[in-house]
Amino acid sequence: MLLLRIPLAAAILWICVAQGAELRIGLAADVTSMDPHFLNLQPNVNISWHVFDALTHVNEDARLIPGLADSWRAIDPTTWEFRLRRGVKFHDGTDLTAEDVVFSIERTFLVPNGQFRTFTQRIVGKRIVDAHTLRLTTATPYAMVPYDLNSVHIVSRKAATGARPEDFDSGKAMIGSGPFRFVRFARGDRVELARNDHYWGNSSQKSGAWEKVVFRIVPTDPARLAGLLSGELDAIEQVPTVDLPRIRRDSRLQIAQKVSWRTIFFHLDQRSATPPGLADKSGRPLARNPFRDVRVRQALSKAINRQAIAERLMDGAALPASNLVSPPVFGHASDLKPEAYDPDGARRLLAEAGYPDGFALVLASPNNRYVNDEQIAQAIAQMLARIGVRARVEALPISAYLTKGRNAEFGFAMLGWGSFSGDLALRSLVAAVNSDKGFGAFNWSHYSNPRVDELLERAFASVDEKQREALARDAMRLAMRDHAVIPLHHQITTWATRKPLAYAPRTDEFTFAHHFRPQ
Amino acid sequence: MLSHIVRRVLQSFAVLGVMSLLVFTGVYAIGNPIDILVNPHSDQKEIARAIAALGLDRPLLEQYFGFIKHAATGDLGRSFAFNVPAIGLILERMPATLELATAAMLIAVLLGIPLGLWAGLKPDSAAGKTIMAGSILGFSLPTFWVGLMLIMVFSVWLGVLPTSGRGPTTNLLGVPVSFLSLEGLRHLILPAVNLALFNLALIIRLTRTATREALQQDYVRFARAKGLTENRIVGVHVLKNALVPIVTVVGVEFGSVIAFAVVTESIFAWPGMGKLLIDSINVLDRPVIVGYLCIVVTLFIAINLLVDLAYSWLDPRVRLGEAR
Repeated sequence: MLLLRIPLAAAILWICVAQGAELRIGLAADVTSMDPHFLNLQPNVNISWHVFDALTHVNEDARLIPGLADSWRAIDPTTWEFRLRRGVKFHDGTDLTAEDVVFSIERTFLVPNGQFRTFTQRIVGKRIVDAHTLRLTTATPYAMVPYDLNSVHIVSRKAATGARPEDFDSGKAMIGSGPFRFVRFARGDRVELARNDHYWGNSSQKSGAWEKVVFRIVPTDPARLAGLLSGELDAIEQVPTVDLPRIRRDSRLQIAQKVSWRTIFFHLDQRSATPPGLADKSGRPLARNPFRDVRVRQALSKAINRQAIAERLMDGAALPASNLVSPPVFGHASDLKPEAYDPDGARRLLAEAGYPDGFALVLASPNNRYVNDEQIAQAIAQMLARIGVRARVEALPISAYLTKGRNAEFGFAMLGWGSFSGDLALRSLVAAVNSDKGFGAFNWSHYSNPRVDELLERAFASVDEKQREALARDAMRLAMRDHAVIPLHHQITTWATRKPLAYAPRTDEFTFAHHFRPQ
Repeated sequence: MLSHIVRRVLQSFAVLGVMSLLVFTGVYAIGNPIDILVNPHSDQKEIARAIAALGLDRPLLEQYFGFIKHAATGDLGRSFAFNVPAIGLILERMPATLELATAAMLIAVLLGIPLGLWAGLKPDSAAGKTIMAGSILGFSLPTFWVGLMLIMVFSVWLGVLPTSGRGPTTNLLGVPVSFLSLEGLRHLILPAVNLALFNLALIIRLTRTATREALQQDYVRFARAKGLTENRIVGVHVLKNALVPIVTVVGVEFGSVIAFAVVTESIFAWPGMGKLLIDSINVLDRPVIVGYLCIVVTLFIAINLLVDLAYSWLDPRVRLGEAR
């Protein structure tokens, strides 16, 4: 009994400390739908995490932790057993059972244009052992089931049977087991939530002390900051780097930062004989594709002053990268160091490779997706000029950019990637393009190394986490030492709050109301 | 009169057809929405399946005729990003924009006409010169910058008005509106002023010119000679004649205020159609983009028709049947 009372007392204390029990958060991007099985977009999933839970959760370092399942194990290489937490209740008071989990997995296939079947399509069998035990089977050994299920939110079968996306937007089907109950969704304006007093995570101090949470959608950066300065908002996400010095000077505000899982890197087209935009300095096509030469790839990497970009261009909100996943993430190889800035060494390598006078290229970059993306591209073009490579920046809005990238219209192109494990990132970005295996879907470089692919396949088949992480690290080392792509930096995400409020920052960039606490 | 209206309606169908084809081709040329909305964890098959599910793999003309066929029955398709019918999405956001545009036009007209009249009647007075100088500012300052300055001064420094959002709404005949509650009005003031500024300046200048012109006319001199009071001369003979060009401009500008509310709505996070359009263009959400433009074009046509009708009331010399 005593054990139960302590968290309760702590919870009451928070409420007293908090100035009012309402929390108002400024979101940077529009939430398009309440349906948790429609689009896998950050703002939508962010809201889903407040109302729903998944079998597995991730902690602030993007590592897997128990969620609705308090334990899981592979019984054999193709069967995963999940044990559900007991006593979990949906917001309507009904009990969560394995039936709801099976229903949610099946629903990912039923939502028109839903994107979450990506995470469930490998599951071929679902067997309910008892109300709190579930066995999922895959056709081939597949280690990623618990990871994939982190993206599948569990809805109530009773409330969501036959529900259309509109029923989630109106709240009729928005019955989850998460820390907050759904109150109202005003499209393009706000999402209102209220505390779930019976949240299972309350005892582990995960609950929000906030009785009411309002997410305001304010995509214009200055307006969001103005909302915080005027006291209309208690906290904002995605603080622009140019405003960081000013916020640091303001004694009423404070900042929370953490390295994000988003890594910015460059693809170099290694497939075509004549990559788009590449020529010698007088505009004549080159005899062969210089990007196929590892010395050229390394020279371009050495020409980039990552420290200067992180400190000056990003105001410290970036961490120079050596990997395709950031340091806290599963599969990060910490023995790899960011390529040191060395223009002389770069020029030597270019000369060795047969390009003493350099060449000309087009550096493609989006101009409205990643933090300071176009400015970074401009800075790198100038750095490349110092080693004799003349780069012309072609910056495009993301809507036009991605289609061109997929159609192989870029020779040298910036891309950003967020992934909660190294092997997943490598599978999409550097594994040889193979649509049957689902490898290399975003490998614009068309880099191909059978050794990397083999390590990845072994990683996905090994249900032992330690072994899998070792394999993922080996694959990362191999691809990075081969300069398959040129990693630039990991973004650092910034939240700003009004004192005494503080945020426990997360690698996955999510803004969770229940992780804001008065200090 | 009737034939005039019928002709207008027929013309508007032709305009809608041409516009939708242009927009369709334009959005198609920019890129594929699936590339932006795609789940980054998808593999190639999943991406291909998603593209096929939306019919985006088919030839452009086939997609277009499919759209026309559905549009004829009033179905503009489901939004790619919101997963709800596009037309419902736009109509849901319409009251916010109409309210903002109406408030902005009211501010522009109710302030602009008296100020312009004053400046026209007393062009050499200090007040008249100040009004004209102020109107130049209204013309030349970019809306985006003025919006941010308004937020800075009234919300951050003075702390008297909210920075953004629509605030609470009250239902008026089933339509959510802001102006019926104090809190809603407070949210409406800054965006409405921001949106009104350009038109305020325009109406001031227009009224002033029209007033100056009317004062020179024979009928005004004749009215003076008749010994009418100054109030009657200004109120009836000057103002009513000055109103003809103003009504034209207000009509046209009301349409463009709705269309260009985009900037103001983005700065003030006002959940209207303009913001919806920008968000939709960013993700190439074609059903919403085409649907929005169809609705705005229809609005423009309707407003122009109303302006024509207003003309004939204000100036009995205009006969609609003869208009070509």
